[in-house]
Amino acid sequence: MSKHGISNHIRKLRFEHDEMTQQQLADQVKVTRQTIVAIEKGKYSPSLELAFKIAKVFKIPLEQVFSYESEK
Amino acid sequence: MIIVLGIYYWTVFERFNSQVMTTDEQLQFWSKAILIAIPLSIITKIVVMIVFAISNYLITREKMPSFEDERDKLIELKATRNSYIIFGIGFFISLTVLAFGYPPKYMFISIILGGIASEIFDNLSKVYYHSKGV
Repeated sequence: MSKHGISNHIRKLRFEHDEMTQQQLADQVKVTRQTIVAIEKGKYSPSLELAFKIAKVFKIPLEQVFSYESEK
Repeated sequence: MIIVLGIYYWTVFERFNSQVMTTDEQLQFWSKAILIAIPLSIITKIVVMIVFAISNYLITREKMPSFEDERDKLIELKATRNSYIIFGIGFFISLTVLAFGYPPKYMFISIILGGIASEIFDNLSKVYYHSKGV
């Protein structure tokens, strides 16, 4: 989980979608591969727009890609 | 870039120390030195970026992105903020130096050092945010 409390399942989802590469996902959502790497590692929390774009690529709702756990 | 600016300012200091100048001449000398440093740093930055892009491609075989995405812009903004803080501190010190009656050369030295330090902090910030996350 990232320092912002947001975790994601992008790596698993990529694997389930014909082992989609980070570059292919990056091209589809119009960001650099480095940004996809950072999101997967939890080092960057994407904007709402980018999060929706990623969810759209996998054709699933946003909450199935990202989850938020608030700090107690 | 830091090396080029370091060498440039070193030669400027050498020239300054070898001459006897009035206060007006000193102000003119340092103003010219800083004005020359601006295009010099821009040209150096362009050359460094070209060399980095070529060497990066030769090593990784991966082309550098041709655009900036939201993460790049955020990192750029945060790095610029950090460098402005450092430059602001340098500028504040330069005014303080002048206010306490030191010769104008110390004011310009403070501005130059602040500028170089802000450039270093800008680059270090980018490296930090890219590796540790933003």
